[in-house]
Amino acid sequence: MLTLTTAHRDAMVATCIRALPNEGCGLLLGSSDGVVSEVVASVNVADSAKVYEIDSRVLLSTYRRADDEGTSVLGVFHSHTHSEALPSPTDIRQAPDPQWHYVLISLREAQAEVRSFRIADGAVVEEAVVGS
Amino acid sequence: MSAVVRIPTVLRPAMAGATTVTVEGVTIGEVLRALTTSYPSVKGQLLNDDGTLHRFLNVYVNDDDVRYLGGVDAAVAGDDEITLLPAVAGGAR
Repeated sequence: MLTLTTAHRDAMVATCIRALPNEGCGLLLGSSDGVVSEVVASVNVADSAKVYEIDSRVLLSTYRRADDEGTSVLGVFHSHTHSEALPSPTDIRQAPDPQWHYVLISLREAQAEVRSFRIADGAVVEEAVVGS
Repeated sequence: MSAVVRIPTVLRPAMAGATTVTVEGVTIGEVLRALTTSYPSVKGQLLNDDGTLHRFLNVYVNDDDVRYLGGVDAAVAGDDEITLLPAVAGGAR
């Protein structure tokens, strides 16, 4: 289960809308039980509508902040601009950490769709996204 | 010269649970090869067969991504801190 506020959800969606026509992306900080404390936006350094990559400098600075603050890097969010909010084969193959939460945001419809998944050893399980 | 390497969570199970490892090397390539000598099972996650940096591994010397410092040829000094982090990438394709 991933727990976040409406403000966190809005920040993720806004990051992805700003990135259009490319995919948008960022990281999630919080506690290890899946409660988000902050959304960290990243540039999509892949500069693409089909793939994303978190800026390596944002990745390092976010890990350092987590260490300093006693929080964890909980996971990553990114958008699919014209497809469902489901992990693609690329997302599954390249998922870096089985402990992470993988948030997918579909901008296909006027109303953004936000879903979250766990991905471990190629197996995908959707989890609930709840408000705090 | 010995260098301290910070190991990411996902690599720790293959590296005896270590959070940091001290290895010898004056370039990033030497440091990564020293790690693969000690922990052969992580080789494919650090380096390609031709000795270049794996596409989905970020390596930092202090605050800098070594891709901008010459990749595996990037120099390492004794008081540098080296951090490994898996790249975070994916997409609809």
